[in-house]
Amino acid sequence: MSDAGEIALRGSLVTRALTWRRVADVGFQILALIVLVVALTCLAALIWDIVSDGVGRLSWSFVTSFSSRRASQAGIWHALTGSIFVILVTAVLAVPIGVAAAIYLEEYGGRSAAARIIELNITNLAAVPSIIYGLLGLGLFVRMMGLGRSVLAGASTLALLVLPVIILSTREALRAVPGSLREGSYALGATKWQTIWHQVLPVAAPGILTGLILALSRAIGETAPLITIGAVTFATFAPDSIWSPFTVLPIQIFNWVSRPQADFHANAAAGILVLVLLLLSMNAAAIWLRDRYQKKGAV
Amino acid sequence: MSTTARPLASLGQLASGRQDSTDPSGPCKIEVTGLNFFYGEKRALQDISIRIRPNVVTAFIGPSGCGKSTFLRTLNRMNDIIPGTHVDGQILIDNVDIYRSGMDVVQLRRRVGMVFQKSNPFPKSIFENISYGLRINGMAASKSDLIGRVEESLKQAALWDEVKDRLQESALALSGGQQQRLCIARALAVRPDILLMDEPASALDPIATQRIEELVYDLKKTYTIVIVTHNMQQAARVSDQTAFFWLGRLVEYDRTEKIFTAPAEKLTEDYVTGRFG
Repeated sequence: MSDAGEIALRGSLVTRALTWRRVADVGFQILALIVLVVALTCLAALIWDIVSDGVGRLSWSFVTSFSSRRASQAGIWHALTGSIFVILVTAVLAVPIGVAAAIYLEEYGGRSAAARIIELNITNLAAVPSIIYGLLGLGLFVRMMGLGRSVLAGASTLALLVLPVIILSTREALRAVPGSLREGSYALGATKWQTIWHQVLPVAAPGILTGLILALSRAIGETAPLITIGAVTFATFAPDSIWSPFTVLPIQIFNWVSRPQADFHANAAAGILVLVLLLLSMNAAAIWLRDRYQKKGAV
Repeated sequence: MSTTARPLASLGQLASGRQDSTDPSGPCKIEVTGLNFFYGEKRALQDISIRIRPNVVTAFIGPSGCGKSTFLRTLNRMNDIIPGTHVDGQILIDNVDIYRSGMDVVQLRRRVGMVFQKSNPFPKSIFENISYGLRINGMAASKSDLIGRVEESLKQAALWDEVKDRLQESALALSGGQQQRLCIARALAVRPDILLMDEPASALDPIATQRIEELVYDLKKTYTIVIVTHNMQQAARVSDQTAFFWLGRLVEYDRTEKIFTAPAEKLTEDYVTGRFG
């Protein structure tokens, strides 16, 4: 074969490979788009279904009324206040412990075999079904420690549930802080504590905060562990102390859905809307706080 | 506070003058004897012995991975924060063994400042970057003292005129060269005796590099400076003494002039003439 012929042949091979690469590129883009459309359609259908069922029932009196045998008079005040109360106590219990544990593991713990075993177990715990935590809470908090079916018992159970998530996400945020920043601080004669407190934590704060809100958002939607420890399903009172019996939004929704009357199903849909709005406002607060921190950090 | 004693001490050292580095009776700021350094099982430094003199600039040169940065970081125990490392041998700074048990590493690092290869300003204001070291070490008696010290440090690092009107702005808004001078000012603010510089100009353009080099030249009046560099012209320009490292060993250590014009070792000659590295 002549040189010119060989060059032409190689040229056509390159062109063919290039065409295939372009097809693959466009093909993957189309595939990704289809997947996105499917996911968004499912979400939209879900929201549409709930809104069409529930929006007619949503009113101020629905939010401020207690349970009732008549669907038209039933409300969610007890469940809404229960949810907010439980989540606040959960945050008070889980956030300091989770963040402190993560700081210890990441900054002080080292890389020993024991540290790796602990890390593996925490990752495992984050994936344990929530009902298992419910059983643990029932045995430990409700029975053994005698907290009864109270807000404190419920919040403690949820705190156990979200601790692994908080620890993992906080460690991720700490790990993302560049080592050069730590070195810069140590080189000035800062102690480990000063370095963590003054340099590492402010930089990691937005990431830590995002993880916290995600963890608490998970807790606020939990039903199974709270049913297990015996949250009430019919309440005509709002919880007024950490010793009160309580219910939460997902349990109230679950309860209404399992009633035969269609009117209660509308109540359930309206309850879901309130829960979704609560979650949205928590996430919005997280984004706002994160942006504020990032701006402050940059100054 | 011991800081007031330092200028007097360094005046004394200045007065004792420049002597040949090979003179064993000459003044000595850092004395290293038989130093070995390990990353886990791997020996990164082998039997290093060197005497570094006060108020001169000592350059460490050598190809990548020769251990020069590792050695620099043993001098303020920065390697302590890397897990799985250990040191044997002796390092005396002002006749105190810095690896002895009970040594206050925090105090050591205050006295032996460090500037890193990649500038690492804190994501805070220019003022806070400089004042941080002063505050954590409790070195400012009052707010006005603090402000005065910040100004003095920025002037020493030749950065004051460029930033004096925007001290409250983020340090991250500065250019690369300004950030590196900020890091130098930050190190100087806590009034160290010794300044370790790990390739401080390697990421900078020629003009910013020149400013750093001029700064190094000015600072040696007050500080003992050890500078690691990849750039042999830089070593020749800024340093009085040069140490050549190769594969974790100290091959040759002498006056810079001698290293670059009449090295005793064939290996040194090959390196400085660009035959390898």
